[in-house]
Amino acid sequence: MKKIVKYVILDIVQNKIVLIYTALLLVTSLTVFNLENNAAKGLVSLLNIILVIIPLICIIFSTIYIYNSAEFIDLLVSQPLKRRTIWLSVFSGLSVSLSLAFVIGIGIPLLLYHADTTGIMIITMGLFLTVVFVSIAMLAAAFTRDKAKGIGLSILLWLYFSLIFDALVLFFLFQFQDYPLEKIMVLLSFLNPIDLSRVQILLQMDISALMGYTGAVFREFFGNSTGIVLSFCGLIAWIAIPLIISLKKFKGKDL
Amino acid sequence: MIVTKNLTKRFRKLTALNDISVTFSSGECVALLGPNGSGKTTLIKSLLGMVVPNSGTVYFNKKLIAHKWMYRNQVGYMPQIGRYPENMTIAHMIDMMKDIRKADGKKHDEELLTSFGLTGIMNKRMRTLSGGTTQKVSASLAFLFNPDVLILDEPTAGLDPISSELLKQKIIKEKQNGKLILITSHVLSELDDLITEVFYMHEGKLLFQKKLSVLKEETGEQKLSYAIAKIMRDLPA
Repeated sequence: MKKIVKYVILDIVQNKIVLIYTALLLVTSLTVFNLENNAAKGLVSLLNIILVIIPLICIIFSTIYIYNSAEFIDLLVSQPLKRRTIWLSVFSGLSVSLSLAFVIGIGIPLLLYHADTTGIMIITMGLFLTVVFVSIAMLAAAFTRDKAKGIGLSILLWLYFSLIFDALVLFFLFQFQDYPLEKIMVLLSFLNPIDLSRVQILLQMDISALMGYTGAVFREFFGNSTGIVLSFCGLIAWIAIPLIISLKKFKGKDL
Repeated sequence: MIVTKNLTKRFRKLTALNDISVTFSSGECVALLGPNGSGKTTLIKSLLGMVVPNSGTVYFNKKLIAHKWMYRNQVGYMPQIGRYPENMTIAHMIDMMKDIRKADGKKHDEELLTSFGLTGIMNKRMRTLSGGTTQKVSASLAFLFNPDVLILDEPTAGLDPISSELLKQKIIKEKQNGKLILITSHVLSELDDLITEVFYMHEGKLLFQKKLSVLKEETGEQKLSYAIAKIMRDLPA
């Protein structure tokens, strides 16, 4: 398994897109911190980048990479290797290289300018989002044979998690505004990895007061260590479940 | 060596393999013949576990192959169209394969690499190679680990006459070493001195499996191509 991960990472690095992605993140985070003299303001700008750009790049790059390495996967399948090993190696290779890009591009500047619990929480959530969206990309790629369809599906999934889901939640909120929905909101946030990380980061930033009563409920649920552990578990489930489903699909696939 | 029982594979409505039961034993060189789309490649891929059959079983050395992978240590496969990671050089590819398949005690067989003259262009990237050179890489990789079973899907397609002769000599040599060799090809004339057995498929079904000598006797022809032509003519349309 280690060997194949090594070759996957080697291949991704040779691909150069990840290097450009790293440089882009680095430039953005340095600009954001140097533009404002208040590092906290920079943090808020960075938050949007993490919650929107990182999932987008991770899911699209991973999907395209999986389709482009179809030949490589074909070759490996005819060799004495388990399909599980091959699939998990591709997943690990993608996760490791994209996480590394994130740590260098955003993690290091963040630690230089804002090394406190908020900074660490942002890095953790960014890493979680990276891996979650690699896992979702694996799912999209395992289910569609056609490259264009697969990439389209990934973009739709990204759109769903970053826009459509929130719109649906808002719609739901307005429809049932006469009822107490605060507890349900906590449950709903588990259905979207981006929301889950957003809530955790906002709570760390101590601006949950801006979110009104729901914010208070969130604070009560997510603000303590049990809540943090629970949301970590939620994110781990978001990594594991798509990955396991895609692995199952890949094992029965004709190549 | 390889036994299949009632192997059936459907791709939606198309039945690519229809109830195939065969036995391939070592020391034989079997030609898988049949028109385009008769299921030859699907059969090969199900022997390799690349295609998962709808029903039926494949045994390799009397062991079921479903979800197993170790047996592929003993198989060398040369695909019809070799597709390789584009950014890798030939040297990288070979090293990677050696790394993945640690030949247990067996020596690497680099004869084809040298005779094809690949050793001189080891630093070329896979995407810059011509179709024929890619075929040469595929062939060298299939023979590299001294496998007990060689599965060659259209091995000489795209090779120049000299290289294809080299490959033929290599196949004959390995046959004499007691290996099982499965070949599909449409160029019947070059199979004459290679094969010992003919396996003929039509629309996913096995039409016949016969020794070459028996086939020649039955049809009264000396050349495989004529013998096959005669049988195809006699087939009910």
